[in-house]
Amino acid sequence: MIKPRQIIIGVLVAVVILAVSGSVFILNETEQAIVTQFGKPVGEPRVKPGVNLKVPFIQKVQFFDKRYLAWDGHPNQVPTKDKKFIYVDTYARWQITNSLQFFIRLRDERSAKSRLDDILDGETRNAVAAHELLDIVRSSNRKPEIGEDFLEQLENLDSISVGRDKIEAMILKKVNERTSDLGIRILDFRFRRVNYVEEVRNRVYDRMISERNRIAEQFKSEGQGEALKIRGNKELDLAEIQSSAIKDAQVIRGKADASATSIYAGAYNKSAQSRELYSFVKSMETLERSLDSQTTVVLTTDNELFKFLKKP
Amino acid sequence: MTDFEQQVAYYRYLAKKHGRKILLGVFILTLLLTSVRTVGPEEEGVVLNLGQYSRTVNPGLNFIAPFGIEKMYKIPVQRQLKHEFGFRTTGISSRSQYSDSDFSIESSMLSGDLNMADVEWVVQYRIENSFQYLFRVKDPERSLRDMAESAMRKSVGDRTVNEVLTVGRQEVATNMEVLLQKLCDEYENGIRIDQVVLQDVNPPALVKPSFNGVNQAQQERETLINQAESEYNSVIPRARGEAKETIQLAEAYALNRVNGATGDAARFEALYTEYIKAPDVTKKRIYLETMERILPKIGNKIIVDEKGNNVLPLLNLGTKITLSK
Repeated sequence: MIKPRQIIIGVLVAVVILAVSGSVFILNETEQAIVTQFGKPVGEPRVKPGVNLKVPFIQKVQFFDKRYLAWDGHPNQVPTKDKKFIYVDTYARWQITNSLQFFIRLRDERSAKSRLDDILDGETRNAVAAHELLDIVRSSNRKPEIGEDFLEQLENLDSISVGRDKIEAMILKKVNERTSDLGIRILDFRFRRVNYVEEVRNRVYDRMISERNRIAEQFKSEGQGEALKIRGNKELDLAEIQSSAIKDAQVIRGKADASATSIYAGAYNKSAQSRELYSFVKSMETLERSLDSQTTVVLTTDNELFKFLKKP
Repeated sequence: MTDFEQQVAYYRYLAKKHGRKILLGVFILTLLLTSVRTVGPEEEGVVLNLGQYSRTVNPGLNFIAPFGIEKMYKIPVQRQLKHEFGFRTTGISSRSQYSDSDFSIESSMLSGDLNMADVEWVVQYRIENSFQYLFRVKDPERSLRDMAESAMRKSVGDRTVNEVLTVGRQEVATNMEVLLQKLCDEYENGIRIDQVVLQDVNPPALVKPSFNGVNQAQQERETLINQAESEYNSVIPRARGEAKETIQLAEAYALNRVNGATGDAARFEALYTEYIKAPDVTKKRIYLETMERILPKIGNKIIVDEKGNNVLPLLNLGTKITLSK
C-alpha cells in the first residue's frame, strides 16, 4: 500500500523537476533568443550560448538563428535601360542583428523572407532598369588580351561608367536603409545569374554568327592578300637576282675584254715594224684557218712560191 | 496452475532477482553509446557542451560527456571536397559518367562583349575552420555554390568571349579563385579554396559552327601563306644558284680572255724580238711555212700562168675559189 507521505514526496519531486526544467534553457552556438512574458518580450536578447535562465511557467523562449542566412531571389525578367530583355537571378546574405526588434516587427524567418522578397526584388528591378546591360555584366574597364593583332577592332570591350560591383553595392545600401528598423542587416547582395531571356537569344546567336563570319572572311582575305604579297615578292626577288647577275657578268666580261685589248695593244703597237709583223702573222693565221679541202685555189706562177715552177 | 501462470511466475522471480543488474546494464550501455566517439583520420570533432562550443578534438577515440550533455559534429577537414557547375558526375567506374540533365542554367553566361558562353567548372575546396563552417553560416555549401556562380560570372563578364574560349582560360580560373576566396573570407565560412578548374568552355551550340568556321578560315589563311612561301622557296634559291653560275661563267670567260691575251702577247713579243733582227727573211720563212701547211689540205689546186686569168670563168663550179696573190 502507498502511504500518503510517499504521495506528497512524489508530487514535490515532480514540481521541482518542472520548475528547474522551466527555468533553464540551452542556447546553441547557432542560436539567439528572446524571453517573453505573456507574449511581451522581457529583458535583453540572449546571445551567449550555453545554459540560460528564465522564470519558469510564466516566461517563454523564442529562438532565432544567429548565423548568416540565405535569401534567394526570384529569377526576374527585367528590361535594362538600353531595352535589353534579361533575366536576373540574385542572392543575398542577411543576419538577425537585433532579435528583439526582429521579433516585434517580423516575428519569424518566413515573414522576414517575404519582406526581403518585396524589398530586394523591387530594388533589383529599379537598379537594372536604371543601368545599361554592359554595366550589369562588367565590373571594371579591364583591357582585353588580344590573341591576334588584327582582331583588335572586334575584341574591343566598351567602357562602362558604373559597373556590376557598384550596382550591387548601391542595391545593398538601399535595402539596408529600407530594412534598418527590422532588426536585420543585409551583409551581401550579388547577381548570381544574368542572361538574355529565351526570346531574344536567337537574335543574339545571329549577331554572334555574323560577327564570327566577319572574322572568318577577314582571315580568308588576309590569307589571300598575304599569299599575293609573297608571290609579288618572289617575282621581285627573282628579277633582282637574275638581272644583277647578268649585270655583274657583263661588267666582268667587259673588264676582261678591256684588259685583253690593252695587253694586245701593248704588244702589237710598239713600233711600225711590230704593227707590220702583227698584220702579217694574223693574215697568215687567218689564211690557214679559212682554207680547207673543199677550197679550190687558182694560183699563178707570179708568186713567191711558184715562181720557181716556171724557171728556177 | 496452468503453464502460462507458471511462466509468468518464473519471469517475476527473475525480475525480482536480477532487476537491478538489468537496469545497471541499460544504464552503462547508454553511457557508453552517448560518450564514446570515434573521429576518422580525415576528420576533426567539434564538441559542444550544453550548446556552447567547448573544444575541437583530433582523430582517434574520444570521450564526451554522456546523455546529450555534450554533442559532437565531425567535419572532414583533411578531405578535398568539390562542387561541379554546369555538369554532374554521377558515377565513377573506370570512366566517369556524367548526368544527362541540363545544367545550362548554371553554365550559360554573358561575356564582356555581350556574347554568350557555356562555361563548366569545378571548385575544389577544403574546410579549414570547422568552427566557422558549422556556426557562422547557415547552409555553407549552398552559399558556396551561390558565391562561385556569382564570382565566375563576374570574371567572365570582364572578358571577351574569345578570351574566355582561348587565351584567357587560365586567367578566368585564377581570377575567379581569388574572387571566391575573398568572398569566403568575408563570409567567414571557414572554407579554403584550393583550386578552380575550368572544364568545357564552349560558345552556344547554335553558334559553334561559325566559331569552327573561324578556325577553318585561320587554317586556310595559313595554308595559302604556306603555299605561297613554298613557291617562293622553290624558285628563289635556284635563281640564286643560277645567278652565281652566270657570274662564274663570266669570270671564267674573263680568265680565258686575259690569260689568252697575255699568252698571245708573250708569244708575239718573242717572235718580234727575233723578227727585228732579220725582218725580210723571217717574213718569207713564215709565209712559206704557212703555205707548206695549207697547200696539202686544199682539195683543188689550179696553177696557171701569169696570163691565165681568163681560165676563171670555166671553173665556175659552185666551189669556193680563193685567189691568192
